[in-house]
Amino acid sequence: MADYEKHAYDVVVIGAGGSGLRAAIAAHEAGARTAVICKSLLGKAHTVMAEGGIAAAMGNLYPDDNWQVHFRDTMRGGKLLNHWRMAELHAKEAPERVWELEQWGALFDRTPDGLISQRDFGGHRYARLAHVGDRTGLEMIRTLQQRTVSLGIDVYMECTVTDLLKDGDRVAGVFAYWRESGRFIVFETPTVILATGGIGKSWKVTSNSWEYTGDGHALALRAGATLVNMEFVQFHPTGMVWPPSVRGLLVTESVRGDGGVLRNSQGRRFMYDYIPDFFKAETSDSEAEGDRWYTDKVNNRRPAELLPRDEVARAINNEIKEGRGSPHGGVFLDIASRRSPEYIKKRLPSMYHQFMELAEVDITKEPMEIGPTCHYVMGGVEVDPDSAASIVTGLYAAGEVAGGMHGSNRLGGNSLSDLLVFGRRAGMHAAEFASGLSSARPQIAAADVEAAAAAALEPFEREGGENAYSIHQSLQQVMQDLVGIIRREPEMQEALATINDLRAKTAHLSVEGHRQYNPGWHLALDLRNMLLVSESVARAALERKESRGGHTRDDYPMTDNDYWGKRNVIVEADRDDHVRVRQQPLPVPPPELAALLEEQH
Amino acid sequence: MAYDLKLRIWRGDASGGELVDYSVPVDEGEVVLDAVHHVQAMASGDLAVRWNCKAGKCGSCSAEVNGRPRLMCLARLSTFPPGEPITITPLRTFPVIRDLVTDVSFNYVKAAQVPAFTPSKDQPQAPFRMQQVDVERSQEFRKCIECFLCQNTCHVIRDHEDNKEAFAGPRSFIRYAELEMHPNDGLDRRRLVQEERGLGMCNITKCCTEVCPESIKITDNAIIPMKERVVDVKYDPVRFLSRRGRTKPG
Amino acid sequence: MAAPVAPAQPRTGARAAIPGRTLRTDRWWVSPAISGGVLAAFAVYATWAAFQNSDYFARPYISPLYSPCIASICERARSGAVHGIHVPSIGIFGPWWGISPAILILIFPLGFRITCYYYRKTYYRSFWLSPPACAVAEPHKRYTGETRFPLILQNIHRYFFYAAALFAALNTYDAVVSFRNTRDQWGHMGLGTLVLCANAVMLSLYTVSCHSCRHIIGGRLKHFSKHPIRFKAWGVVSKLNKHHMELAWVSLVVVALADLYVRLVASGTIHDPRFF
Repeated sequence: MADYEKHAYDVVVIGAGGSGLRAAIAAHEAGARTAVICKSLLGKAHTVMAEGGIAAAMGNLYPDDNWQVHFRDTMRGGKLLNHWRMAELHAKEAPERVWELEQWGALFDRTPDGLISQRDFGGHRYARLAHVGDRTGLEMIRTLQQRTVSLGIDVYMECTVTDLLKDGDRVAGVFAYWRESGRFIVFETPTVILATGGIGKSWKVTSNSWEYTGDGHALALRAGATLVNMEFVQFHPTGMVWPPSVRGLLVTESVRGDGGVLRNSQGRRFMYDYIPDFFKAETSDSEAEGDRWYTDKVNNRRPAELLPRDEVARAINNEIKEGRGSPHGGVFLDIASRRSPEYIKKRLPSMYHQFMELAEVDITKEPMEIGPTCHYVMGGVEVDPDSAASIVTGLYAAGEVAGGMHGSNRLGGNSLSDLLVFGRRAGMHAAEFASGLSSARPQIAAADVEAAAAAALEPFEREGGENAYSIHQSLQQVMQDLVGIIRREPEMQEALATINDLRAKTAHLSVEGHRQYNPGWHLALDLRNMLLVSESVARAALERKESRGGHTRDDYPMTDNDYWGKRNVIVEADRDDHVRVRQQPLPVPPPELAALLEEQH
Repeated sequence: MAYDLKLRIWRGDASGGELVDYSVPVDEGEVVLDAVHHVQAMASGDLAVRWNCKAGKCGSCSAEVNGRPRLMCLARLSTFPPGEPITITPLRTFPVIRDLVTDVSFNYVKAAQVPAFTPSKDQPQAPFRMQQVDVERSQEFRKCIECFLCQNTCHVIRDHEDNKEAFAGPRSFIRYAELEMHPNDGLDRRRLVQEERGLGMCNITKCCTEVCPESIKITDNAIIPMKERVVDVKYDPVRFLSRRGRTKPG
Repeated sequence: MAAPVAPAQPRTGARAAIPGRTLRTDRWWVSPAISGGVLAAFAVYATWAAFQNSDYFARPYISPLYSPCIASICERARSGAVHGIHVPSIGIFGPWWGISPAILILIFPLGFRITCYYYRKTYYRSFWLSPPACAVAEPHKRYTGETRFPLILQNIHRYFFYAAALFAALNTYDAVVSFRNTRDQWGHMGLGTLVLCANAVMLSLYTVSCHSCRHIIGGRLKHFSKHPIRFKAWGVVSKLNKHHMELAWVSLVVVALADLYVRLVASGTIHDPRFF
């Protein structure tokens, strides 16, 4: 163990996206010695891909907006399966978190009064998203990154965590390797904050980058923490479908928020055929009313295109399935015929460039071709809402890797605010916990470190096995085809069987070359996590026998409020990646909050 | 529409390396990064390359394609002459780690030296009131995705390793410009940027602007305005005599 | 290997051993070659023209290279004593001054162009090869940019801008008075009038579109919202500034052509066609 590079901290944050950096800042400000570990370079985290904005009920454009309305929108968007307390904290604290970013140098678009401008998004009653054109995530990550650097927080870039180390029931440290050199590095720390983001890289058509291999989900499971809501995977309705190399790449919801509409090959605005009863009261029933809403939100209801993402994704999926799709297997998203070229370029500059550069499509002149793409996992580590602590002492989770906040479906814009609100809470509480430890700090066992090192080096020991790339491709294909938007029991059983096979292959795969910056080796280690998380999703999805939010069962198409509306599916695993699921009662909101949910529009 | 593409990729590390030929099948609409991924998956699993979003938003996959610094994810294969091999090399200005991956820590060191945004005394309280026209100039610079292509292409350090200490580079200069033009920032970094960050070393030959994938007008909108601001405090005898140069303009 | 912790000290690893000073496959040398050629041609012509010290005035036209006419012969020309200048002039300082007045005059407009941000780019690339083109290695061992004498003097561009603004005004005056005929009566227009007008317009646009002008007029402000008029002006100058390069070239060519035209008329080589 003496051979390894070693560091000691009070708080170690895994992940340098929005929640990780916000957590690190909070922990540092609370006086903790803090480190951030990230797989990529600092500032490249997936948060930069977020386009639309940060949902916060600041009421800059609509004074009627407040946290109660935001809370209600969030809960209803999640089909009431959210942890009420997380939704409450989120709605209450989001505005403060946004204003704080401004104090650190962020420059949001402004209203004529000089306040932060807010934009419309699906499922939000009022224009609520603080934004910078369509590159809000970049603004957020850069602001947090610059803050982190100016505070002098240590950041370990291009460093991958493969194991959490424990002392009995407590977190004692993390084991990682430098991607650059392949050398191992051990962090002694009583607290770890998981901020590793999502799991989308297990699907073929995805808006997620290579980093989204579910590391945090897998680390938590192996450390003894529980996952909640893993069956709920959000397929964003609008991803690019052509050319093939960019299939799945996100097309921001702002296109619809700013006036874009969905049409099928017959030119019909088909979303008006798919308004569910649950949202009838707040959705316009004619195109004319929907169009008026953009300028007069008081007297009109919102267009059907701005229903929550799960509804829109299912509708698109159905249109394509029934043969009314576009030439490359999507539907049309049209803003060209509805807004001026100047408006489009001003409001959606990155979309304009994305289509121009990658698809040679001028979105100010022609419609885009889009289709659903795997985007976000609602499920994640089960945490205490106030402290972001998991059931494992010293282990915290914030952001996409944490579960509960979004229920069965996340509203657009609620992700960035989630990162800030719960990132800060995780950082604060981890720092507080660490400072209360005094001398009784957990110790790392040398044997655990040696075991972690041996496991990481295993792929080099073998020769002639399959390579990681082909196993990864098989996994993506299975999850795409069998655990996608629409699910059936036999298909998911088949998926589980295949995952099992792939796991066996992974145990025998081999990598070429040496340890220095070797992507083949990196992927081999990530695969283990992807397989564990994919199995978790499939098992949770098998368990929930209803359709709700980001989980649609062909064999159980109805939403079952009496039984499943009151239950969460919890996933557990042991250190050998054996997955178990169980049901657990959903926390019930107190009467005053429950009343908010009852109120009709 | 699949066809075989010939690639020449620099393989090696700090101790040396060479251009290695590959031939991989590629599809219509693909970009250089796709081709590199095909090499990884089919021919050489340990080919080192940095990438993340594959959409021109994160600035990770910077390299030199046929000698031109650019993002591999935005380099469409259809824009290259058919039949000719495409040469891919790592960024020249930074130390190589392995294959197409370079050590870009230079840029992080320079970023850490920037005095952070400091709210001015006029408006320290949140929420800020700022007009759109006042934030727009700085917003242009905040589009930067930190691909470091400007840093890589700038001859001041590309051709003169010994200037790295004294020169912060275009990426840094747009950060200084952003803060100088921020309506609510209260610090004055004009002398600092000239005297300690090497603004004067820039001879405005505009290569940074040419390679910027975000089309930020680095030279015209950031570096030259910064040079002019430096003239305000350092090279303008009229202002110097009247001492007005020391106070910030309204 | 040291830890890549940010912020960290940069490591001193070696660069990739890539062959050649560039791997660019396009004809990167074309653009600097053309720019350099045109600049050199202008330099040769302007030097020749400046030392001619004759044929720069052909009533009512004066060559922009010799304006304002500070030679005493211009006084006589203006008063109608002579109609063209094709003899060496007598300088403003008295008969002992034998050098062409253009030498004195050109300090200002040439100084403006030499310190111009756009021309700097061009001649640093074309003549100094620093760099010849993007991602093409430059031949120099050391480089200090504009931090030392003499290049630190580039920072006085702003003063040349003030002077250039004055010269743009003088050239505009010359263009206006070219609407008078040889007997000082208004209502004349010849081809020369058009040439001088084109020169005045291009020179003014080039001058106003200058980066220093953009800074002075509004760019230096921190809050545009508090200075709406200067903000508008800055917007106009910014629009022009985007075309600073084009304006730099066009105004350069036009000024040379204007001098040539006046020279040809003054020397009697061609006759100025009159429109009215």
